[in-house]
Amino acid sequence: MRRDVHSARTAWLIAAGLVAFMLVLAGCGGGSSSSTGGGGEGEGGGGASGELQKLGKGEGEVNLISWAGYVEPEWVKPFEAKTGCKVNDKVAGTSDEMVQLMETGQYDGVSASGNATARLWAAGQVSPVNTALVPNYKTVFADLKEQPYNTFEGVPYGIPHGRGANLLMWNSEKVKPAPDSWEITMNPKVAAKYKGHISQYDDPMSIAEGAIYLKAHDPKLGIESPYELTEEQFNAAVQLMKEQKANVGEYWGSAEKQIAGFANGSNLVGTTWQYQYFALKGEGEPMAASPASQGFLPKEGATGWSDTWMISSKAKHPNCMYMWMNWIIEPKVNAEVAEFFGEAPAQELACEHTKNPNFCKEYHAEEPAFWKRVYYWQTPLAECSEGGPEECMDYNQWVRAWTEIKG
Amino acid sequence: MGRRLAGLFYHRPKLQLGALLAAPMAWLVLLYLGALAILLITAFWTVNPLSGTVIKEFSLENFEELVNVPVYREIVWRTVRTAVLVTLTDAIIAFPIAFYMAKVAGRRGKAILVIAVLMPLWSSYLVKVLAWREIIAEHGIINWGLGPLGLHGPGEGLVAVWLVFTYLWLPYMVLPIFAGLERIPNSLISASEDLGASPFTTFRRVILPLVFPAVVAGSIFTFSLTLGDYIAPKLVSNEQFIGTSIFASITNNQPFAAAFALVPIVIVIAYLGVARRLGAFEHV
Repeated sequence: MRRDVHSARTAWLIAAGLVAFMLVLAGCGGGSSSSTGGGGEGEGGGGASGELQKLGKGEGEVNLISWAGYVEPEWVKPFEAKTGCKVNDKVAGTSDEMVQLMETGQYDGVSASGNATARLWAAGQVSPVNTALVPNYKTVFADLKEQPYNTFEGVPYGIPHGRGANLLMWNSEKVKPAPDSWEITMNPKVAAKYKGHISQYDDPMSIAEGAIYLKAHDPKLGIESPYELTEEQFNAAVQLMKEQKANVGEYWGSAEKQIAGFANGSNLVGTTWQYQYFALKGEGEPMAASPASQGFLPKEGATGWSDTWMISSKAKHPNCMYMWMNWIIEPKVNAEVAEFFGEAPAQELACEHTKNPNFCKEYHAEEPAFWKRVYYWQTPLAECSEGGPEECMDYNQWVRAWTEIKG
Repeated sequence: MGRRLAGLFYHRPKLQLGALLAAPMAWLVLLYLGALAILLITAFWTVNPLSGTVIKEFSLENFEELVNVPVYREIVWRTVRTAVLVTLTDAIIAFPIAFYMAKVAGRRGKAILVIAVLMPLWSSYLVKVLAWREIIAEHGIINWGLGPLGLHGPGEGLVAVWLVFTYLWLPYMVLPIFAGLERIPNSLISASEDLGASPFTTFRRVILPLVFPAVVAGSIFTFSLTLGDYIAPKLVSNEQFIGTSIFASITNNQPFAAAFALVPIVIVIAYLGVARRLGAFEHV
């Protein structure tokens, strides 16, 4: 018995010693990593390393993070053959995931949407882009340059990839009449008809879809930008999304999951990206979305994206990354990219190279006025833009609300 | 050289032991306890709301949020409830299978059944969950079978999560109970019968008390595996569990994810304490 007590005490002592040792070790580790990563913690850290001044020889490979459908063999193979830069691509499902992957420092660049760019910049994860080293940048559409989501403190931090709206997609055999409004997923009374078959993107950005609906249907709230919401406006949008939950069949976090859900008949209507829509149509599924002639927009307008290729401040293959950024907006390539994905190209000259001669017209690529009804994703900040409300709900509050919406 | 080394060790038993255990201990301390310690420390940090950069300063913010925001309590409660339900269901399903394997089946039958129980463990976890996704889908086999009766399957949701977990962890419950039952001598059952006990009384007063520690041991697997899983709930439901919430926070707020990860650790430690009292670690 005494022996037992003795050995138990020894075991505790050993355990305590190990924990103490680990704490010391972890403390040291924490200290050293905070001193190296400290550069980005100020307000608007910007690229610590500055922009590239002269394009050198390719490093043989480049590591990218992209949205599904952005890095495809059709334009990757010729790029590899031309530059000798082997492309390693990691597809991310959400902007949060992109930000986190960039923090690992293992990637050279990312196709960031507007709700990631400001965060990447503020964290010092991305470097300014020397547009002189990207010859094709000259002919990028003017209304895509120097935008608040790709230019910070007057310095460009990325190369526009293309733009588009998030779609309302439905199964044309089961959903009749064809919807022309977000009402079908947002208005609890209308949505109840498809209870359990509505598909919603699993991301805090979805709250903006509720806000767009309210902007059109509840003008008393006075919503201007769906990303700059006062507490009252925000709560109304969150409440709407909570009511929507009862009708949602699936919150999708990856394109594959949503494709499977629509293909097996579980999902009938919901928010999607061009990638899933065309993939399902390609498999012969009876999918429909708002007509291309309306820019795929339901009557309230839609959330959308204007994506930017950014270069990591820790890029190990900066030359290859610059070559990639120039390649992706090469007129012929950008036309291919845009037609593959179903989005408006970023490159003016791409319109001459599309297989469908009317492509740019159908996607409104050359009509700045059209894009006023597409609300590009952006990071919700506490400080609203000029002319907006006094105080806005910040991204952390969006994230928490999204957890509460899902319950 | 080799002989001198052997001589060195021969006279120093402590050195011998040290050399033998150095590698596994390093693994345990550095990789396992080390990761846990880092997790614990990170839980007290916060992130910059704009950049998402971790701020390495002590703060109780994450724990306050966990306690004060009702949705997190609900998530924890839902997860624990599911884990308990899955454990009970698995115990009820596993017992007859294990009993048949241990006491009824012949040698050959026993071998075949053991293989049958182990077989699902040889295929990928993901394949099994994805298969279930298709089974419960709108056009899946459940609705196909129920359709003619005018019924509709559960679809995606809590029921689906319960079904999938019950299926996934069943072998982890069958095997310990089988081992526990095998250890009960048949003579005890005969003696109980000879003394006039009905089969039910024999089960209740002889078999169950003897095999109970094995059931508890199996329940540790089913309970803790359910508590920590995040892939199955994501694939067959929209419900948030502890695991899915941690997964969702990892991409934008690692310190909060770390704080949340401590919750299942505390629950499992409490559970192990109860299991120990019930004798789960005595003979198994």
